[in-house]
Amino acid sequence: MSQADFRGAASVAVGDVQLRGNFRRAMDGLMEKRAAQFTDADEEGRLRALGESIRSRSLARLPELLEKLEASCKRNGIQVHWAETTADANQTVMDILKNRGARTLVKGKSMVSEEMELNHFLEAEGIEALESDLGEYIIQLAGEMPSHIVMPVIHRNTGQIAELMEQKIEGAPYTEDADELCQIARKVLREKFYRADAGVSGVNFAVAETGTLCLVENEGNGRMSTTAPRTHIAVMGIEKVVEHLQDVPPLLSLLTRSATGQHITTYFNMISSPRRPGEVDGPEEVHLVLLDNGRSRIVSDPELKATLRCIRCGACMNHCPVYTRVGGHAYQAVIPGPIGKILTPQLQGLDERGDLPFGSTLCNACVEVCPVKIPIVELLLRLRAEANSPTGDSSVKGSGAKRDKTEALLWSGWQRMHASGKLYNSLSRVLAKTGNLAPGFMPPLSGWTATRTKPRFASQTLHQLARKRGVPDE
Amino acid sequence: MPDRIYPSQPESVYFYGTCLVDLFYPDAGMAGIELLKREGLQVIFPQDQSCCGQPAYNSGYREEARAVVRSQLALFSKPIPIIVPSGSCASMMRNRFPDLFEGDPDESKAVALSGRVFELTEFLVHVLEVDLVDLGPPVNVTWHGSCSMQREMGLREEPRQLLQQLNQVQLTPLERERECCGFGGTFSVKLPEISSAMAKDKADDVRRTGAQILISGDCGCMMNIKGTLEQDGAPVTAKHIAQFLWERTHESG
Repeated sequence: MSQADFRGAASVAVGDVQLRGNFRRAMDGLMEKRAAQFTDADEEGRLRALGESIRSRSLARLPELLEKLEASCKRNGIQVHWAETTADANQTVMDILKNRGARTLVKGKSMVSEEMELNHFLEAEGIEALESDLGEYIIQLAGEMPSHIVMPVIHRNTGQIAELMEQKIEGAPYTEDADELCQIARKVLREKFYRADAGVSGVNFAVAETGTLCLVENEGNGRMSTTAPRTHIAVMGIEKVVEHLQDVPPLLSLLTRSATGQHITTYFNMISSPRRPGEVDGPEEVHLVLLDNGRSRIVSDPELKATLRCIRCGACMNHCPVYTRVGGHAYQAVIPGPIGKILTPQLQGLDERGDLPFGSTLCNACVEVCPVKIPIVELLLRLRAEANSPTGDSSVKGSGAKRDKTEALLWSGWQRMHASGKLYNSLSRVLAKTGNLAPGFMPPLSGWTATRTKPRFASQTLHQLARKRGVPDE
Repeated sequence: MPDRIYPSQPESVYFYGTCLVDLFYPDAGMAGIELLKREGLQVIFPQDQSCCGQPAYNSGYREEARAVVRSQLALFSKPIPIIVPSGSCASMMRNRFPDLFEGDPDESKAVALSGRVFELTEFLVHVLEVDLVDLGPPVNVTWHGSCSMQREMGLREEPRQLLQQLNQVQLTPLERERECCGFGGTFSVKLPEISSAMAKDKADDVRRTGAQILISGDCGCMMNIKGTLEQDGAPVTAKHIAQFLWERTHESG
């Protein structure tokens, strides 16, 4: 794969009028809905602080809680598998399917399965994997990646979806009626639910104490995928564990209110075992695949571990002025937006995605709404420092990989000028006299002057004015 | 953000000009100094001051930032407030100096300095409790609060409170007051396409207010929005809040 490039993709996306309109409208709607859910600032503050503390506490004792989760799951009859890498996780899923003689599966929405690129993997193994979340189903038809972690097809408007479904689904008429579109998809999916040999789902929260897998959804496809087929395989990142059952309600409330502005979702599944003797439905086997894929490394850093508090609500992207203008695909990553800008470089390495932490104005709109108070801006700054580290001596993958000799020289020159009062005073006077002669068409200034007038140096600096007007120096 | 406890009016203060004010908007800096002097304060402007280190810090060059900040620490050693006419530089000094010097021999100096930093409008409202008398003609203005001012310093109402004291000034708010203008320091030249798109939206928002003047407390945003408006030939000027307040309230006009 060629090197991903946020700037390149974003500069194309930002010129796409249709795309920008789609995102602006959708994000405005989501921001409004979230705001309507949090009208009491004190309540919001208390709940977010609680969410932060629950997630921090879980991460602080991650190895212990994971062992506890494994024990509880086993006690409940859920089979637990550990996967170090996404390749391990895919192989584990494949082995389970083989053992069960499964050839077809339905999937509920899962960002971890996107991280694993599970569909591609299974396809190559001759397994039919069908997305059953409506949005995921549509992007699967289109052969696209999700552009948002909660609303994967938010980049398309109804007309674009209608066109796609007419083309890709046999016998489907063109209609822009959202209900009719749902019915068309529903008919296809119903059939698949009945016939699928296995179901794959993600996990929103896994409760260590009780071995309960919680799944939040709105369409019922999650419930179908996890109950109708004979085998249910849940995949989750190891950070999703919480200790107690009572940790779940505050997180659930934060998640649904932050994500879609819903007080609660239509479905909330708590899966605690396969079908028990005497029960008439439910899968015969439930498997839990726990994926690390670099998360242990992230947890080992006292500052960066906050990244893993994320409960995947997407509020950061909904409120991000950059995301709103370029959409999710520009990030060329499973998880776009502000959280993606800190998570992706840590998972894939700064050598591969060291460009992402720089794609932010550091405006803090994300930090203001994050339900678990991840200090995204501070972590972006830390990752920028890691990317440009002179030593690369760090646990962060690819530390130092973005250091550029010319830029380093510029900053070292900047340092020399600004760390000496004498030098600063004389050089700033030179700038006041001659700075306006610098041509605006040369990079990096040309990026600025393409749409803005050139900043003009004043003829005298504030230092000079203050001295002339007798402002004391000490 | 916990509410800050403000001191009573001191006898003297330091003024931290910031590099952008120094080079591009020195009149805004002088206006800030005059506003403070008018309240009876002695204002000290250490001539060896340069920059808060933010450009390098935000670009991931922490060693370079630290070296510059270290050179500034000694210049502001008296236990008096340091007034900064910028939300973004004030936030760097107030919120990031302690982290930047964690475990460093100069940590205690950096922490002490950061505790004495006030953004200009914050200081005018909460410590000096200024009463402004408007001497200017009627004018329609709009206000752009920087992201650092709003979200890192928690200063949303202070600039508005000052502008609303001027009875000939009509303040029309922006529709998307809280949205970033796209400046972001080096972001504006590293990702110019996104930055320009954001600036364009902000400039359009400014134009829709019908304001004659765009007022801001941060020169980076101002340069960005004003530069965009100017390129489009929009009949809107931009002014730093310090300069606007001073020009409208001092006698010699």
